[in-house]
Amino acid sequence: MSPPRPRAYRLPGLGLNATLVVVFLGLFVLLPISALAAKSVALGPAHFWEIITDARALATYRVTLLAAFGATVFNALAGLLLAWVLVRYRWTGRGLLDAIIDLPFALPTAVSGLALTTLFATKGWLGAPLAELGIKVAFAPAGILVAMAFTSLPFVVRAVQPVLQTLEPELEEAALTLGTRPFTIFRRVIFPAILPALATGATLAFARSIGEFGAVVFIAGNIPYRTEITALLAYIRLEEYDYAGSAAVATVMLVAAFAIMLLVNRLENWGRRLAAA
Amino acid sequence: MSITATAITKTFGRTKALDAVDLHVPDGKLVALLGPSGSGKTTLLRILAGLDFADRGSGRVEFHGEDVTDTPAGRRGVGFVFQHYALFRHMTVAENIAFGLTVLPRKDRPSKAEIAVRVDELLRLIQLPDVGGRYPSQLSGGQRQRVALARALAVQPKVLLLDEPFGALDAQVRKELRGWLRRFHDEIGLTTVFVTHDQEEALELADEVVVMNHAKVKQVGTPQEVYDQPASPFVIEFLGNVNRFTPARNPLPGTGDNALYVRPHDVDIRREPAGEHSIHARVAHIFSAGSSGRVTLVRADNHDTIDAEVSRARLRELDLKVGDEAWIVFRHIRLFPAGSYTERDVVPDDAHAATTDSGHGI
Repeated sequence: MSPPRPRAYRLPGLGLNATLVVVFLGLFVLLPISALAAKSVALGPAHFWEIITDARALATYRVTLLAAFGATVFNALAGLLLAWVLVRYRWTGRGLLDAIIDLPFALPTAVSGLALTTLFATKGWLGAPLAELGIKVAFAPAGILVAMAFTSLPFVVRAVQPVLQTLEPELEEAALTLGTRPFTIFRRVIFPAILPALATGATLAFARSIGEFGAVVFIAGNIPYRTEITALLAYIRLEEYDYAGSAAVATVMLVAAFAIMLLVNRLENWGRRLAAA
Repeated sequence: MSITATAITKTFGRTKALDAVDLHVPDGKLVALLGPSGSGKTTLLRILAGLDFADRGSGRVEFHGEDVTDTPAGRRGVGFVFQHYALFRHMTVAENIAFGLTVLPRKDRPSKAEIAVRVDELLRLIQLPDVGGRYPSQLSGGQRQRVALARALAVQPKVLLLDEPFGALDAQVRKELRGWLRRFHDEIGLTTVFVTHDQEEALELADEVVVMNHAKVKQVGTPQEVYDQPASPFVIEFLGNVNRFTPARNPLPGTGDNALYVRPHDVDIRREPAGEHSIHARVAHIFSAGSSGRVTLVRADNHDTIDAEVSRARLRELDLKVGDEAWIVFRHIRLFPAGSYTERDVVPDDAHAATTDSGHGI
């Protein structure tokens, strides 16, 4: 018998790593989610449905989704603009702005909420002039939008920035020599190239907005049916010792988050395909 | 359409990329801008295209006598092809080729049907009739570069400018595409300028070669002219292999205070001494797996190496072995004044005066 051939080198530790990953995922992700789902299932389908389609719950979905949608649209535009300014122009203070972009991530959300409430309250720096115009932000649906937009802005900037950075200037120059005007170059050459990244960033921002709690509860006023978000309803049910009711509402948010993450995944694949060429 | 550039100077920060460069490209010719990296050749091409502009107050660019110095790229009527193709990845090949037509102002824009016909024509011209519906990522490098060319040609440019068009391709494809471009140029006769750092490419492909170094044009001429009558040590060294001897190590008597240059194919090898000019040497290395035989010899007196290139028939006839004694005869030499070889920056005019086609050797 010939001696066994040596095997090609493989990175050792696959077994150990796989075990760690499974245990970690199980303990920190799957277990809590299962507990939540189990709690909801225990309600029985009819009761569960009743809770999640209750008029007050439906109102929170509407408030949350509308505000999150508004915040996302705002962030898609503002984030694209910020990324553009950060990548395309060289100016003093660029580095500082680049650092500040991440502030909403680093700041405790309660601090963000408090700061925004102070700013937009009827006596606040921005709230006062807006009140003159008849626009109420704090303790109104608009306030929810502002809080969501503030806390999720970095997603769009950080998704678009690297793609914009690696976009070859030759693409624009090629368009230029073909007689293309600047706005057309943006519309037909640059924008399609960064669209997957923009969509990914916007979707992440949307997911974050739907889940935002800390910043929103300070500024929203939390009036049932008007400015109450879904996450807050789950919290209120918990405070009322209605664990099942809380779990049911939370399950709705869980499913929404999961669906959004699937979408993000597909958007990222799209971007990769486009970048790979 | 001829191109004339006069006194073009371009500075980036403190670096001079172009120093009062003049260039004339005759109508319908295929011209190579040849030079090492950093010689300013790409900058010159970009200034011709209107993607860069000469320093304020310097220079003038004319297309067929018309001043286009301050005309932006989009209105110069140039087709530009980039080293890395710069195709639009989110568009199909057909959409890429049609791009220049679809961005025309509405009144000049051809109809969709006319554009489709034009795209089909161009796809046939680049010999890729069936790839219109594919995306650039589904094509090979050589195919992509041809699509980039078709995209540039779609708007019927007056001149075609190519920046290292074969630089990103592997050797085989590069050779094929080179031959194809030459035939293509002969067919359509569009005034074409291409940038390359590959002397073989420039000599093989161009009607005229513009040799550049250190922000200046060093020599202009047909491939044969620049190869056979190099105007400076830089040109002779850049265009192919050459043996170089400083005055102190000069193997030939009577060449004075000059540096001596000999192409390997002008070096003949003998088995016996051949007159007072033959150089005694020893065979150090023989490379015979090619279209010709290459032999490295070491001089007996000072151990300098000399490269020789002889035909394979001649190599067989000589029957050399490593370590054999041999005598070297130069068929053709070129002299440049001493000192010039170190700075390699002689202005062509000075070099001309000193260049001698002396008939040393046999």
